[in-house]
Amino acid sequence: MAVTTADVQPRPSFLSRVAESRGLLSFGFMLPTVVLLLVFLTYPLGLGVWLGFTDARIGRPGVFIGLENYEYLWDDSVFWLSVFNTLLYTVSASILKFALGLWLALLLNENLPFKSFFRAVVLLPWVVPTVLSAIAFWWIYDSQFSILSWALMQMGLIDHNINFLGDPQNARASVIAANVWRGIPFVAITLLAGLQTIPQSLYEAATLDGAGRWQLFRYVTLPLLTPIIAITMTFSVLFTFTDFQLIYVLTRGGPVNATHLMATLSFQRGISGGQLGEGAAIAVAMIPFLLGAILFSYFGLQRRRWQQGGGD
Amino acid sequence: MALIDRKPSPASGDDGGMTYLQSMPRRVVTVYLPLAIFVIVLLFPFYWMTITAIKPNAEMTSYDTSSPFWVVHPTLQNIRYLLFETSYPGWLLNTTIISVAATVLSLIAAVLAAYAIERLRFSGSRQVGLAVFLAYLVPPSILFIPLSVMVFNLGLYDTPFALILTYPTFLVPFCTWLLMGYFRSIPFELEECALIDGASRWQVLTKIVLPLSVPGLISAGIFAFTLSWNEFIYALTFIQSSENKTVPVGVLTELVRSDVYEWGSLMAGALIGSLPVVILYSFFVEHYVSSMTGAVKE
Repeated sequence: MAVTTADVQPRPSFLSRVAESRGLLSFGFMLPTVVLLLVFLTYPLGLGVWLGFTDARIGRPGVFIGLENYEYLWDDSVFWLSVFNTLLYTVSASILKFALGLWLALLLNENLPFKSFFRAVVLLPWVVPTVLSAIAFWWIYDSQFSILSWALMQMGLIDHNINFLGDPQNARASVIAANVWRGIPFVAITLLAGLQTIPQSLYEAATLDGAGRWQLFRYVTLPLLTPIIAITMTFSVLFTFTDFQLIYVLTRGGPVNATHLMATLSFQRGISGGQLGEGAAIAVAMIPFLLGAILFSYFGLQRRRWQQGGGD
Repeated sequence: MALIDRKPSPASGDDGGMTYLQSMPRRVVTVYLPLAIFVIVLLFPFYWMTITAIKPNAEMTSYDTSSPFWVVHPTLQNIRYLLFETSYPGWLLNTTIISVAATVLSLIAAVLAAYAIERLRFSGSRQVGLAVFLAYLVPPSILFIPLSVMVFNLGLYDTPFALILTYPTFLVPFCTWLLMGYFRSIPFELEECALIDGASRWQVLTKIVLPLSVPGLISAGIFAFTLSWNEFIYALTFIQSSENKTVPVGVLTELVRSDVYEWGSLMAGALIGSLPVVILYSFFVEHYVSSMTGAVKE
C-alpha cells in the first residue's frame, strides 16, 4: 500500500524541494552575504598578509621576500614612532571619550525639558562626515586666523597665536581633541541607552538605605552599566586605533611625523609611496593590537556574566 | 517619614526619578551648566562652518574691524563659486549614486542573511552570526591596500563600482546584526500560523516579516547610507579622476590648493556635504537613537 501511494504522489518540483529543505534554503539566503564577505573581506585580509611578505609595488606584482619588510620596519624609527603615537592617541582619546561621554550620558539621563532635542543635537558630530568636520577643525586650528587663539587673546590669557598644528606636542593634543569631540556622542548615546535599562526602584531602595549621590553611582549605576561600557569602549578603541581620516586631513602625519598613526603611515608608504608590500606589513602589524583589544573586552564580558551567575 | 510623604506616585516615578531630592540651584550647577557647555562645544564647529561659508573674504581675516563670531555683510559668493565653478555638483551626484547602490545591495544581502540566521536556524547559524559580527570589527584601514590591488586587477579602478562593491564589506555585517535584533522581536507564532496556512518561507519573509520590520529596515538603510556617504579611505584610494570623486575626497583634494586656502568655499563644501545626512537623520532621529542602542545592546 505504502508503495502505491508514493507512486501516486507527484514528484515535487526542484524549486519547491529547495523551499522545503531548511538547509538548502538557508544556503541560498546566506549566499549573497557569504560571497560578498569572502571575496571582498576574507580574501583581501589574506592577500594583505601575503603582500606583507612580498616586495610588491604599484604596477608590479612582488616576489616573496620573507620577513624582510618586518625586519626593515623593526629598525625604522618612524614606524616605532607611529606605534607610540597610535597607542598614545588611542589611550588618551579613549579615556577622555569615556569620561566625558559617561558624564554627558548621566546629564542626559536627568529629567530635562526638551530631552529629545538635546539627544538629537548631541549626536550631530557623530553623524556628519568625519572628513568634513575635520576640515572645520582645520580652519579652527589655523596658525594665523584661529578663532581659538583670537578668543584666548581677547580674554588676555595668551599674547600670541597658538601654533596648533605646527608644533609636535600641540599637534598631538589638537588631533586628540578633535577625535574626542567626534567620539563623545557615540559613547554618550549608547551609555544613555544602558542607563535607561536600570530600574528606578534600585535607586529608590539605595536612597532609603542612606546612599549618597556618589554611592548611588558607584554601587548601583556603574556595576549595572559595566557590560554596555565594555562593548561601547571596545568599538571606540577599535575605531580610534585604526583612525585615518582625521589625521590625514589635519596634519598628514606631520610635523616631523609627530602625529603619524599606523594607518596613515601605511597609506603614505603603501599608496603615496607605492611600496605596497611595506604598507601592507604596517597594516598587518596593527592586527595583534586589535585582537588584543577584542579579547580583552570579550573576557571582560565573560567575567561579568560569571559574576552575575548567568549561563549563556 | 518626610521622604515617603513627598514621594511621587509610582506611575510618574519612572521619568520623574528622584529629582525632587535636589534643590533648584544645585541642579543648575550640576546639570544645566555642564550640559550647556557640552552642547556649545559640540555645536561650535558647525556654527563656525556656517559663519565662514557666508563670510566675504575680506571679513575672514580681519578680526580687528568686527567680531569674527558674526558676519557683517553675508555673501553667497562662496556657495556660488562652489556650485558653478568647481566639480562639486558632480561629486554630490557620485556620492548619492554610490551610497544608494551600496545601501540597496547591502540591505538585500542583510535581510536574507539575518532571516536565515535568526529564523531558519540552520545548523551552525550561531557561529555564522558571530562570524558576521567579527567581520564588522575588521577595519578598512587594514584592508585598503590589498583591496586596491584587487580593484586594480578586476579593472574597477577609478569607477563607481569599486566603491559600490567594497562598501558592503562594512555595511552588510552591520545591517545583518541590526536586522537580526529586529527579526528576533517579531513573534514566532505569526510565522507558524502562516506556515500552517500553507505559506512558503519566501511568502513568510515578504508578506509577514518584512512589513513588520519596516522601522528596522529604515534604520538599517539610514545607517548604511550615512556610513557610505561618510566613507573616506576607500574613496581616496580607489578613485583618481576628479569627475569620479565623492564629496569628502573631492572637497579635500580638489578644493585645497597648496598656495591659497579658499576657506569660504571649503566650509561651504563641508556644510553642503553634511546636509543630506543631517536632514535624513533629523527625519528619523527616533529610529536612529533607538536602533543604535538596540544594536549595541545585543
